[in-house]
Order: sequence, then structure tokens, then C-alpha cells
Amino acid sequence: MKRKLLSTLLAAAGLLAASLGHAQVSGNVVKIGVMNDMSGLYSDVGGPGSVVAAKMAVEDYLKASGSKLKVEVVSADHQNKPDVGSSIARKWFDSEGVDVIVDVPTSSVALAINQVTREKGKAFLDTGAATSDLTGKDCSPNTVHWLYDTWMLAHGTGSAVVKQGGDSWFFLTADYAFGHALERDTTEVIKAAGGKVLGSVKVPLNTQDFSSFLLQAQASKAKVIGLANAGGDTINSIKQASEFGIVQGGQKLAGLLVFLSDVHGLGLQKAQGLQVTTAFYWDLNDNTRAWAKRFAAANGGKYPTMDHAGVYAEILHYLKAVDSLKSDDGTKVVAEMKKLPTDDILFGKGMIRADGRKLHPVYLVEVKKPSESKGPYDYYKVLQTIPADKAFRPLNEGNCPLVK
Amino acid sequence: MFDIPIQALMGQLLIGLINGSFYALLSLGLAVIFGLLNIINFAHGAQYMLGAFGAYLLLNKLGLSYWWSLLIVPIVVGATGVVIERTMLARLYKLDHLYGLLLTFGLALIIQGIFRNEYGSTGLPYSIPPQLSGGKNLGFMFLPNYRAWVIVASAVVCLGTWFVIERTKLGGYLRAATENPQLVQAFGINVPRMITLTYGFGVALAALAGVMAAPIYQVSPQMGSDLIIVVFAVVVIGGMGSILGAIVTGFGLGLIEGLTKVFYPEASTTVIFVIMAIVLLIRPAGLFGTQK
Repeated sequence: MKRKLLSTLLAAAGLLAASLGHAQVSGNVVKIGVMNDMSGLYSDVGGPGSVVAAKMAVEDYLKASGSKLKVEVVSADHQNKPDVGSSIARKWFDSEGVDVIVDVPTSSVALAINQVTREKGKAFLDTGAATSDLTGKDCSPNTVHWLYDTWMLAHGTGSAVVKQGGDSWFFLTADYAFGHALERDTTEVIKAAGGKVLGSVKVPLNTQDFSSFLLQAQASKAKVIGLANAGGDTINSIKQASEFGIVQGGQKLAGLLVFLSDVHGLGLQKAQGLQVTTAFYWDLNDNTRAWAKRFAAANGGKYPTMDHAGVYAEILHYLKAVDSLKSDDGTKVVAEMKKLPTDDILFGKGMIRADGRKLHPVYLVEVKKPSESKGPYDYYKVLQTIPADKAFRPLNEGNCPLVK
Repeated sequence: MFDIPIQALMGQLLIGLINGSFYALLSLGLAVIFGLLNIINFAHGAQYMLGAFGAYLLLNKLGLSYWWSLLIVPIVVGATGVVIERTMLARLYKLDHLYGLLLTFGLALIIQGIFRNEYGSTGLPYSIPPQLSGGKNLGFMFLPNYRAWVIVASAVVCLGTWFVIERTKLGGYLRAATENPQLVQAFGINVPRMITLTYGFGVALAALAGVMAAPIYQVSPQMGSDLIIVVFAVVVIGGMGSILGAIVTGFGLGLIEGLTKVFYPEASTTVIFVIMAIVLLIRPAGLFGTQK
């Protein structure tokens, strides 16, 4: 009888210890899963470069803080498909001990991961996806949206273009969550500024030939053709617009989401004059330049996009929160990340709001003429710095249920 | 939905025809290879991509213009096809279709992976040759000169190929060799060499399409895989192995896709597969195919 009681007690103690252990760092290792498009049209935006950025962040954090954390970085290709993304996330969370998922471009996939992460009580730090719904109606206590969103892009590029007289628009919209959100948010900006939207066409993701859609845009006689798409889709639209004489015909292109890698792929000849809103550019100050050089050396000479910078910075902040909590419990770490002010060499001082939105200044830039550029990746001149409090949607306008 | 003016519609039809000329060129190569070798060449998309990269490399490494690329690239890429046929495909003719498909699919993945690793996914810019830049205002649309060239060049190549295979003595040998290789060999014709050259020719057609595509699309590693599935659908609709079927359905589906882009753009990437499903239900051998 006594022995039985003893063994029961021991078992209970064991259970208790196990659950205490769980409140610490699970499996004694913090496992970071980088999930993005590793091989398709968005893979130069994030892709393997995001893994490089994640590893740099881990290394730099451990060295600078002297932390004893054990950190591991794994990666996967979600192929821009929500079903593929969520099944990887479930496998990672359920059986492979991943604590946090980072990057995840492609809004439709990000919204799916947002859901899975919340269900499993883990952490999701998104940089790659644009939809402002991540901090709006779909906001979650387990999600931080670090880098940019459709509201910011619409207000940065959209309002700049309207101010320059572009008051009638036609949209070429990528036909999924991201394109729809970007068109919606930009339309609000245009209407608020007294402009109008003459029409839009929903184009399937990863379309090769845009000429048919460009002809429709041309026929609309809109002053501005808004490209609510990204990556390879943006490149092909801009390239073919120049072939069909859209710009010579007096219409202006507004690339609402353009990454440095897109400009590199287009060449300055085709991209010059585009106005772009970006949360990061490598040539901002000494810190960003030094970091970008290190990154490029590790990334086959390719300079960082804003997505890469975002992945780096958010992991630094995440690890800081894990150390301060001494736990990698997803929900708690995200709460801690919101409590701690953010400060890093790439985005400067900032904070994460209750709805999960990270705040930092953003930049309205113009793509240089070939004659102004001193060499590869010298592509932007900064027209305007939009301060953090103006760059993102006000907290009370997003309808996030976490904000009361 | 029906408020689209006839002028705009004509523009869209012309665009559809231009895209159709790429489908026709690519499906023609596939049809030739399948018809004469019984190989489902899944590497076709990768070979098309090689054509575009070939043009880019010739221009940027050797300073050779578009016109040189048009000549050199199909020959070089076709030669790699000959090597692939001699060293690998030739061993598979007696086996099931599936083996050829798996081999070429694997090759496609390897080639694409190498180029993605080297050049990234964004791709590289390639400009329209100066002789063909600019365009004409046709009244109902602005037609870039380059696109006009694509449609003419592709039509000429397609008809030429069809003529050679269906109407000349050489084509007669080829068709005879697929029906009964032993008998043709008995007449003193080197059948294995003819088969090898046929594969090389099919691959060269893919590379030619790649060179022609380089100035319009981004030269990127996945440009072929984006297109190849559609092209397979074109071949299936036209009838596996039918030369004329590949050409007619290539242009025809370009037109249908173009119309879809006007009336219901969301479905423009799916419409071809819907048509494929319908055709397979009604005529399992394809529009121009014959049941064996």
C-alpha cells in the first residue's frame, strides 16, 4: 500500500516536473521555422535569403547578449499554397518541436498559418505577407506583423501618386487575399483624396502574359494603372506595359508593392521613376550598409530585400523576449514582445502594438535613372520618410477584436 | 458583360493569337517527339527555358544579338537534346511511357534547380531587339512590332514543320519508321539516327520558342514550368502526336484564353483544363487524334 502511494506520488511529481519543464524552453531548444516560397515567383523576395537572415540573427543575438539559449533554424517551402503551408505548420508544431514560424509571404498562406498558430498556442512572426487583416479582423494574440501591410503601401504610394495628380485609377489585382486587400485599402485612399477608381481586373497569381489586362487598363483611360500584385507578376506587368507603350501613351504605373529584387530583375531602364513604399532599404545609414554587406556575402552577392531585414530584426526581438521570460510558450512570448520596446540596427527604436502591428518609420522612394545609379543595388533615392505613427493604420480603425 | 466594344475585342483576339503562337510552337515540338519517339518529353519546359537563358548569355557574355541567338541557340540546345537521346532516352523505347516521362521530368527538375540556384527566381531582363522595338497603332489597338514578328515567325515555323513531316519524302521516312522501324531499316535507312535527330529537332523548337519569349517575359528558371502544363493540355486536346492538331489547338486555345481574360479573367488559367476535360470526355483521342 505504502509502495503504491509512493509510486503514485513519484508519478505525480514526474508529471509536475514535466509540466514545469514545459513552462521553460520546450525541448531545451528554441526552434525557429522559416516558411516561405523557396522556389517560385516570390522566392527572391524571401526564399533562401530569409534563412540566411534568420541564421545571422541567431548568431548575432547569442554573441551580443551572451545568452545560453540553444537555437535551431529549420525551413520549408509553402509553394504559395495555403493547404501546403498549414500542413507544414501542423507537422512542425505537433511533432517537430518548432516554437515559432517566421516570414511567410503570400497573404492567403499567412492567414492560414495565423489560424493554426493560434490554435496551437505557438508564435507567428510575419514579415512577408501584406494583408492588413492580420492585424485587423483576423488579429491574434499569437501573431506579430513586423514589416509592412496593404494599408501602409496604399497610404505611402497611393496617396503620393494621387497628390501628384493621378486621380483616376485602374487596378491589375492579383486574385487572392493579398491583391484584394491591397486594392481595397488603396481604393479607400484614392476616394478619400477625391479621386476615383474606373475599374479593376482580377488576374490569377503567377500569370505570364499581362498584355490582355494591360489593354483593358489602357482602354479605361485611367490616369494611373495600379499594380496590386507582387514579385514576378509585377515584373511582367511593368515589362509588358513598356512594350505596349502604356507610359508613352500618358498613363502612369503605380507599383504598390515592389521589392529591391524586383527592381534588380527589371533593370533600371524599365523600372526608373517608379515610386515605391518600403520599410527598409540597405543604403539608409552606416548600420544598414554594414549589415547589408554581411548579408550579401552570405547570400551569393544578392542584397537584402525589406523582407530579409524584417526576418532578421524580428528574430532578435523574439529571442530577447524568450530570454526575458525564460520560456518559449508562444502566447506568452508574443505578449512579452509587445511589452518590450523594440530596438535594432535596421529599424531603430519602435514598438509592437496590442493588435500585433510592429511600428517603425517607412520610406517613400523613387527608383533611380540608370545614369544616377553607381552600380548594382544602388537603386533608390528616398523622397520622404513617413514617421511610424503616420505609416500604419490607427489602432482603433482596424476592427481587431484584441483592441477594446 | 457584353458591353465590350468590337474594337477592344479585336485587340484581345490578336493578343490571344500571339499567346497561341507560343502554345503552337511548344506543343508542336512535343507532338513531333511523341508522335515519332513515343516519349512524353516533360523536359520540354526546361528546354524552352534553356533557349531563353541561351539568348541572355549570348547577349551578355559574348555580345551576340537576338538574331544570332535565334540561329545559334536552337542548334546548341538541340545538340544537348541529341546527347540526352543517345545516352539516356534510347534505352527506354522498349519500356512503358511512364519511364520516359519520369526521366524527362527528373531532368527538368535538375536543370531548373541549377538555374534557380545560379540566377535566382526573379529572372533576368532581356530587351526587345532595336529593329523590332516600337509598334503600330492599328486603330483598335497598339500592336508592338515584336509581337507581330512572333506571330509571323511562329506561323512560318509551324507550317514549315507540318509540311516537312506530312508532305515530303523525309517526313514519309519518319512516319514510316514510327509505324514499322524494322521494315524501314531493311530498306537501308538509318532509323536510330533519324529518331535521334527528330528528338534534337523537337528540342530545338522548344529552344526557339524560348529565344522568342525572352524579350516578352522575364528570363527566369521557372518560365518553362509555368507554361509546360498548359502546353501538355494543348497537346492532349489536339490529339497526342498529331502535328496539325498541335498547331491548330495551340492557336485556337490562345484565342479562347484571350477571350476568357476579357469576360472572366479569374478563370483564364483554368479554362484550358476545363476544355481538356470536356474534350477527353467526348473524344478521348483528342480533336485530331486517331484511336489506335
